Amino acid sequence: MADTRVDEPQSEEPIAPAHVGRHPGPKEYIRIAIILAVITGFEVAVYYIEGAQDYLIPILFFFSFVKFSLVVLWFMHLKFDSRTYARFFVMGLAGAITLFLIVLLIFQVFSS
Amino acid sequence: MATVEHTGVVDEHAATSTGLPHLKLAMWLFLASDCLLFGALISTYVLYRGASVEPPYPADVFDIPYTSVSSFVLLASSLTMVLALAAIQRGDVGRSRIWLLATALLGMTFLGGQVYEFTTFVEEGLTLKTSVFGTSFYVLTGFHGTHVAVGVLMLLTLFALSFGGRITQRNALTVELVGLYWHFVDIVWIVIFTVVYLIPTGNPPGAS
Repeated sequence: MADTRVDEPQSEEPIAPAHVGRHPGPKEYIRIAIILAVITGFEVAVYYIEGAQDYLIPILFFFSFVKFSLVVLWFMHLKFDSRTYARFFVMGLAGAITLFLIVLLIFQVFSS
Repeated sequence: MATVEHTGVVDEHAATSTGLPHLKLAMWLFLASDCLLFGALISTYVLYRGASVEPPYPADVFDIPYTSVSSFVLLASSLTMVLALAAIQRGDVGRSRIWLLATALLGMTFLGGQVYEFTTFVEEGLTLKTSVFGTSFYVLTGFHGTHVAVGVLMLLTLFALSFGGRITQRNALTVELVGLYWHFVDIVWIVIFTVVYLIPTGNPPGAS
């Protein structure tokens, strides 16, 4: 039986298994890390700015959310991998947020 | 059963019932359950941080510049971790080994910082039994520190295994799993840094 395989050009790029999407390269990782460092710098700066104190909590939560998302999506590859992993993680995250809100509502933290 | 791509890269997990590696699914499930653990601990901290009737209060002990440096160290360790994974995925065991060691060293630096911070707080009068703030603070950050310590042990194990040829491009998934755990520790710290350290807590009425 004839060999029907076709030789394909060899690439130096890693070939990901079927369950893995294309992961970013080192340059993209470094770019994300720089963004994370800059945002952390902003967080600390905002903490010391007198004029920003009225909006401190929403600003800090926003920065925290952006950093959290960048790490989960890029460094943990949820942006690139199967959505099944994301469903698992979002399930746990939703449970934690629900738990957080229920505890704080029961003890009326928001009203104090 | 392993399947071999035409490139020679082996995917040991493609034959699972989901088409996804069970170990990776299990790790994500573990991380989801760990979210609940830290959700409970953070809720408890938020509930009790302003409820102490005796000093020291949060504003008396927290050193934001110092903790900010710790945060930068942990963020840097996440970068070295992904660089270790990227290196092993392209078959560069040597460079992966260096990045794994760098990640472990950064993790140990963070832990050293936490030990110093705890020591300082105890000297300032904040112990596990001083107040509800002290209890909830030490339990939350202590659990996080324990996670970091476990992560450092896993990283050092990978580093040691790489010398015996047991960490290769073929089983890059092992590095990826440890990486997932490490990044999870990082995202938990992102939340702790904001909620515990940066969001101010007013001292109780009557406190100086």
